[in-house]
Amino acid sequence: MNSSFTEIYRQGKLRLQKWYVPLSDKEKKKITRELVQTVLARKPKMCSFLEWRDLKIVYKRYASLYFCCAIEDQDNELITLEIIHRYVELLDKYFGSVCELDIIFNFEKAYFILDEFLLGGEVQETSKKNVLKAIEQADLLQEPQEIES
Amino acid sequence: MPAVSKGDGMRGLAVFISDIRNCKSKEAEIKRINKELANIRSKFKGDKALDGYSKKKYVCKLLFIFLLGHDIDFGHMEAVNLLSSNRYTEKQIGYLFISVLVNSNSELIRLINNAVKNDLASRNPTFMGLALHCIANVGSREMAEAFAGEIPKILVAGDTMDSVKQSAALCLLRLYRTSPDLAPMGDWTSRAVHLLNDQHLIVTSASTDLQDYTYYFVPAPWLSVKLLRLLQCYPPPEDPAVRGRLTECLETILNKAQEPPKSKKVQHSNAKNAVLFEAISLIIHHDSEPNLLVRACSQLGQFLQHRETNLRYLALESMCTLASSEFSHEAVKTHIETVISALKTERDVSVRQRAVDLLYAMCDRSNAQQIVAEMLSYLETADYSIREEIVLKAAILAEKYAVDYTWYVDTILNLIRVAGDYVSEEVWYRVIQIVINRDDVQGYAAKTVFEALQAPACHENLVKVGGYVLGEFGNLIAGDPRSSPLIQFNLLHSKFHLCSVPTRALLLSTYIKFVNLFPEVKGTIQDVLRSDSQLRNADVELQQRAVEYLRLSTVASTDILATVLEEMPPFPERESSILAKLKRKKGPSTVTELEEAKRDRGADANGGPEPAPASTSAASTPSPSADLLGLGAAPPVPAGPPPSSGGLLVDVFSDSPSAVAPLAPGSEDNFARFVCKNNGVLFENQLLQIGLKSEFRQSLGRMFIFYGNKTSTQFLNFTPTLICSDDLQANLSLQTKPVDPTVDGGAQVQQAVNIECVADFAEAPVLNIQFRYGGTFQNVSVKLPITLNKFFQPTEMASQDFFQRWKQLSNPRQEAQSVFRAKHPMDTEVTKAKIIGFGSALLEEVDPNPANFVGAGIIHTRTSQIGCLLRLEPNLQAQMYRLTLRTSRETVSQRLCELLSEQF
Repeated sequence: MNSSFTEIYRQGKLRLQKWYVPLSDKEKKKITRELVQTVLARKPKMCSFLEWRDLKIVYKRYASLYFCCAIEDQDNELITLEIIHRYVELLDKYFGSVCELDIIFNFEKAYFILDEFLLGGEVQETSKKNVLKAIEQADLLQEPQEIES
Repeated sequence: MPAVSKGDGMRGLAVFISDIRNCKSKEAEIKRINKELANIRSKFKGDKALDGYSKKKYVCKLLFIFLLGHDIDFGHMEAVNLLSSNRYTEKQIGYLFISVLVNSNSELIRLINNAVKNDLASRNPTFMGLALHCIANVGSREMAEAFAGEIPKILVAGDTMDSVKQSAALCLLRLYRTSPDLAPMGDWTSRAVHLLNDQHLIVTSASTDLQDYTYYFVPAPWLSVKLLRLLQCYPPPEDPAVRGRLTECLETILNKAQEPPKSKKVQHSNAKNAVLFEAISLIIHHDSEPNLLVRACSQLGQFLQHRETNLRYLALESMCTLASSEFSHEAVKTHIETVISALKTERDVSVRQRAVDLLYAMCDRSNAQQIVAEMLSYLETADYSIREEIVLKAAILAEKYAVDYTWYVDTILNLIRVAGDYVSEEVWYRVIQIVINRDDVQGYAAKTVFEALQAPACHENLVKVGGYVLGEFGNLIAGDPRSSPLIQFNLLHSKFHLCSVPTRALLLSTYIKFVNLFPEVKGTIQDVLRSDSQLRNADVELQQRAVEYLRLSTVASTDILATVLEEMPPFPERESSILAKLKRKKGPSTVTELEEAKRDRGADANGGPEPAPASTSAASTPSPSADLLGLGAAPPVPAGPPPSSGGLLVDVFSDSPSAVAPLAPGSEDNFARFVCKNNGVLFENQLLQIGLKSEFRQSLGRMFIFYGNKTSTQFLNFTPTLICSDDLQANLSLQTKPVDPTVDGGAQVQQAVNIECVADFAEAPVLNIQFRYGGTFQNVSVKLPITLNKFFQPTEMASQDFFQRWKQLSNPRQEAQSVFRAKHPMDTEVTKAKIIGFGSALLEEVDPNPANFVGAGIIHTRTSQIGCLLRLEPNLQAQMYRLTLRTSRETVSQRLCELLSEQF
């Protein structure tokens, strides 16, 4: 499972993006723009996969947010769909019924959770319990320090 | 402001985010952002040293601004500073900023690498984790250079925590992918495999409760998919026991997929089917278990009508590959009706696209008519984005599976009618090639295009096909008064003014062909050619054609006209250019494999190769601007020298640089001319001239090839390549240097070839030249005249010696003889010059008959010297020659005899 990048956005507004291939900012912007247009143009009930350049795009909509992954030709679409779902579950569990605002105001947390779950585009840890444990430990690390400062 | 912040609250950040969200307009938002950027900039530049918390907060704000879509051009240094903080949260934000915002080739990378190095060495697992994430996220070459050696050590060190090992393994994988040369997998693989069983492994911790890895009642779907994927890197196991176990596993997966669902959640079905699809991929990859393949097909068949669009899509996609297996091809075909109905009813274009792909993949002779008909009818409503591809596919199938070529012609004309704009040049070139190569369909084609042209509005592509076909075969329907020559001409000419310049040029060629086919319309056509709109046309090509054709029709006798305007000869057979085009469109792997698989199957299952000769063939090149008549720039007066470039020399079809053009027409003639001489022009067309200058001495030679750009435009990517067959390569050593890929207009470049004859040889190397001229790709091949006789050293000898040796070489295998008709006037002096040019000594007063010519010489190769004697006996009365070669080696006698007998 080698996703090239992952993005979350609504109505064309990017909430989070993570790239696993080195590209220039200009290219990233261009790709994002193109992809947002393509995905937003799709109707509900259409399939969640599309061919795009030499990659496959897997996307899923949760409420107003679109989660979107680009994977390579050999990768498994359905399992990627569940990677997205597992990530949403992780966000949900961490924030307690996650909503878009959580991701906006705590975008850095959303990144940390993603990093615990995926590394370099590969699934690192699929156990929900283990990912959350790691995040909570990190939270514990920082709270006392904040009090100090 | 919602208080949703959790963990470490950065109040300033939350306030800023709220402000942005409250902005009523884009302008207000930009204003607020600029204010914040100014604030942050002044803070970073200020005299007061910022504490870690503030730095972290500002870096976070920059990150947020970046995510809103604004460029960030400062703050990188502050982020890098955060990396060396001892506080986890500060370090973490620093790494986050870098992973999102720092380009892999940033100058900061050295500073970053330093911080990463410290964290990797810190033995603090959380810091190590952050550092490993950073390496994997940036994944640049610099990172690989700095850490590829370090990470494997962390991976196998006994005191590394499992979670860090996990990250280290994936990080190494990432580096291996970006820079395989730097990541020393070879050395570490066995240790890593020993440790983890494989480098993809997700679950490293054996002590973890496996229950955590069950996902919606599906046990460890990610791991299962990974393992099935890993198995696809290997061929099927050879050990029958292992093979049996694997088959068992795969059967279990197929069985499980059939069980009633344990949950109604889509996650359950997705995870389960993810494993199923991966298992089917493995079954297809092995392509060796007919039972599994057929079962896979039937289970996918159930998905074809599933209510989940995703499953329908994937089933269609997966079936495409099943269709290419000989074991499951028939099973896939049983679903044809479902797939056709998907094509008609699916609301999602990407699913319809998959259905087209599957129809293409499952097509064979038994269902071709049905499938092509369905594609044609779908084309009328198909999405614009996929029309061209459908046209190509339908054209390929119609050609490949045509039993009756009238069906093929109908299909292509229908394609043009329904989707003329999407019919690429390759498609209409191809129909013409096939019509020209198959005389059983020519009359039908002429009749059909004639009828199609009668439609009040017809596509320009139809005019092209119609013009070409009627120009060649209009005579086949001229007997019918409804399609008399004049009617044919008027019909075509009625379209003339609506067409583009290339089509008009083609039609003018059709008209001159008509002059030959139908003398009765000559006057009418001459009137048309003579009109001001032709003779004074602003387009130089049209004007030239009009002038030349008019002149040709006036001065040439009927015989000459008939020769010049003869029917086009059959095209050489080649791979279909349409197929090549489809490959280009779809990327090389997919189509090629599919096609090859299909071809194999065709041979295996149908008990023989495709019967139709045109089915895998293709041919050269009527291009719209190209000359229909093959006249090129040669003068239309046959008394002049025969045009060296008999036809179109530039291959417009092979647009892929790897394909080598077939030999240019005329190449053989030119080749023969160089047998007895070393310098001259080898090739010439409108764009390019190739000249040669060469010298040979014993077994060595040197040839200079001069490439002249005849145009005023640069040639780009100019690449001449010498191509030798394996046999030839063993016997002839050629060394050359690449030439400058750019050849300016009017310029000439030269290339030297060092030659050594290792052993005697019969073939000639081919010189292939590829380049870009304007927007077009040019591909020319010519035979390079390096022939065995070039390595001749002449030997003088007296009559007695000659005949003594002649007798010594009396073994029939040492002699090669050829009796042939003279092609040139039998002039003694010319013949002498040719024999000397051939390389042997011309021995005077040796043969008792003074009319005969004898010669002697030695062929030098690296390893041996071969004595050669030759005798040429002209018979003036019969205008014949008898040529006899005697050498100590059979192959040499034959080759020299072949070469020399072409010269007289």
